[in-house]
Amino acid sequence: MSHVSKRAVAVVAVAAMSGLALAACSAGGGGDSGDGAVEISYLTQSDDNNTNQAKALIEAFEAANPDITVKLETQPGGTEGDNLMKTKLSTGSMEDVFHYNSGSLLQALNPDQTLVNLSDEEWVSDLTDDFKAVVSTDNGLYGAPWGASFAGAVMYNKTVYEDLGLEIPTTWDEFIANSEKIKAEGNGVAPILQSYGDTWTSQLFVLGDFANVTAQDPEWAEQYTANDPNAKYVDEPAFAGFANQQEAFDKGLFNEDFPSMTNAQAMEALATGAGAQYPMLTATIATIIQNNPDNVADIGVFALPAANADDTAITIWQPNAIYISKATEGDKLDAAKKFVEFANSSEGCDVQNATAAPAGPYVTTACTIPDDAPALVDDIQAYFDSGKTGSALEFLSPIKGPNLENITVAVGSGITPAEEGAAQYDDDVKKQAQQLGLEGW
Amino acid sequence: MTTAVAPTGAAPPATRTSKTPKGRKGMKSVYPSWFYIPAAVLFLIFFAVPTFSSFYFSLTRWTLFDVQFIGLDNFIQFFQEPQLVTAFTNTFIYGFVTSAAKVVLGLALALLLTGPILGRGYLRGVIFFPVLVSTIGIGFTFKALLDPFHGIVNNVLGFLNLPQPGWYTDPGLALLTVAAVDVWKGVGIATLIFMAGIVAIPHEYFEAARMDGAGAWSVFRNITLPLVQPATATVIILSLIGGLRSFDLIWAITKGGPGFTSDVIASVIYKQYQAGFFGLSTAGNVILFVVVIAVMVPVSIFLNRKQDEL
Repeated sequence: MSHVSKRAVAVVAVAAMSGLALAACSAGGGGDSGDGAVEISYLTQSDDNNTNQAKALIEAFEAANPDITVKLETQPGGTEGDNLMKTKLSTGSMEDVFHYNSGSLLQALNPDQTLVNLSDEEWVSDLTDDFKAVVSTDNGLYGAPWGASFAGAVMYNKTVYEDLGLEIPTTWDEFIANSEKIKAEGNGVAPILQSYGDTWTSQLFVLGDFANVTAQDPEWAEQYTANDPNAKYVDEPAFAGFANQQEAFDKGLFNEDFPSMTNAQAMEALATGAGAQYPMLTATIATIIQNNPDNVADIGVFALPAANADDTAITIWQPNAIYISKATEGDKLDAAKKFVEFANSSEGCDVQNATAAPAGPYVTTACTIPDDAPALVDDIQAYFDSGKTGSALEFLSPIKGPNLENITVAVGSGITPAEEGAAQYDDDVKKQAQQLGLEGW
Repeated sequence: MTTAVAPTGAAPPATRTSKTPKGRKGMKSVYPSWFYIPAAVLFLIFFAVPTFSSFYFSLTRWTLFDVQFIGLDNFIQFFQEPQLVTAFTNTFIYGFVTSAAKVVLGLALALLLTGPILGRGYLRGVIFFPVLVSTIGIGFTFKALLDPFHGIVNNVLGFLNLPQPGWYTDPGLALLTVAAVDVWKGVGIATLIFMAGIVAIPHEYFEAARMDGAGAWSVFRNITLPLVQPATATVIILSLIGGLRSFDLIWAITKGGPGFTSDVIASVIYKQYQAGFFGLSTAGNVILFVVVIAVMVPVSIFLNRKQDEL
């Protein structure tokens, strides 16, 4: 506060002296006070997890760089946030540094025109090739990882599994059999949690099945991007995701309050054993760490099973990344680059380990998983060790239809049959491809 | 949305100025012409330019970063939207249901509140109060109250052993639930307009009717109802326009869900905008503008003609 008022006094004083000086002052920008101190802004999403991580990062960074101050800004995530990002970038009013998805959502920001190319930075050599690919275009590399990779798979309560003597399923039929047994003998434990109060959570049956699609048809993602009629959601292997979701609904395996349950409520139910299995992104373990810290060790994870055990693989998401807006120049750009570098230094890794609780392997050699990481990280590592992993589609193709979450809510609520939902999604994908100006659509 | 508002807002001054020379011959405008410039500039910058540029952008594929002219493809695409039929049907259901309910309830409440009852001033305030509250606030409040599993309404119903409907999660009920909340919020305005209309009816008519032995129903049917016709027309037009372009309450309560079952045209457009289909959603706004005009002009002409006949 005192910082602001001092600056305000200065501005008033200068304004009183002459209009010319005032013009010079405003041209200099708000952050520079002339003694080498720089202020940059950092934008992240407004949920608790992201905000707390950003605060911890800024605190550590400012302690190491006393002449740089970082101002935290937040905005909503999801499609609303996507739009704000695009508007801010296209009007040059984006914060200096910001946190956002990698992969297809990044491509929609038109990075070549709007972001600073970071391919010459030192930390780039530490990154995995998979991650480099999802923050790059043909012309440059734009993002540094923030957080570890994570899986989109079935998180399950180990206590419920032990009590009922269940085995980890490797085929879809085994998964259904397990769920039927939980329904019959679980004393009211919900076999499969669904939480359509947060519509985005409904997509996991489809998105988390993608490693299984790739296992059956390694070329699928490429054909899908090229509008090959053989790679559509109405046909197998990709149709399985929609069909599975409908089957689980038809067999009454969801929690009773699935239409209005939120993601946080579902995580609570999973942690306390009120629900047994939840197809979800493992990064949400952060919610359990925050709200039910005693239950973190009870949560395990297994891949959404394919029809055949040989095809079952776990779908992996690349972490989000930190980017610098092209509107950032001069001292601020140097400060921003320092900030990004710091996030990927060993101090930055400490902040990530302390606040973000890795839910999968890191994508940079600069960071290592701590010993007290959540138990499910070991489950994911086992899939990596046996080579049974595959990337989520949004990291293999720039096209992700924006209406998937509404379509999967309709399929998972029995409003739309799986075939119709898959066909609607194919149309949605087509629209997105045309908007991106891809060839062949 | 601005596209829908701008031309209607512009119309009245235009007709008024064009009538003046005819009506009062030889009389020049009271103000010098430069007096109009500030208003004209504001109108041009904030209404005319956006309206016409939106017509242009509706013909493009627009990513905010660059623009590609694609002719009428957006309109073709918009009409191929799978949700469009649902959205159109829902828009009309929503518009007509809320409009009809506001007329009936508003008139009934106005009759009550212009009558000799205890605490009339207080009751008038209570009826009008929801109009003053933010729509989004009302949406979130009702979303909490009507939560199918943890909301207070269903808890009470469950306590009384009554069925507990999934107010906004049941696909068949979601739209009507939102419409009911909309009526609760908007009926205050309708009541106010009807009260003004009723109070304006000369007292002599009622006295004469009573002299002739007319009962309460007959007085209502033959005096009040025909003579509040201008108020009825206003309420219908206002609530129908509001209903056809309604968005905020639907978005706050259901976001068009579950699935697409409570989508209206405005929420489909908003989702397209959210998805970054800026050209497509602008085309949708142009279509919504045309639809609202196409519905409202005949309704308005019909109601005004009826008014003239009186």
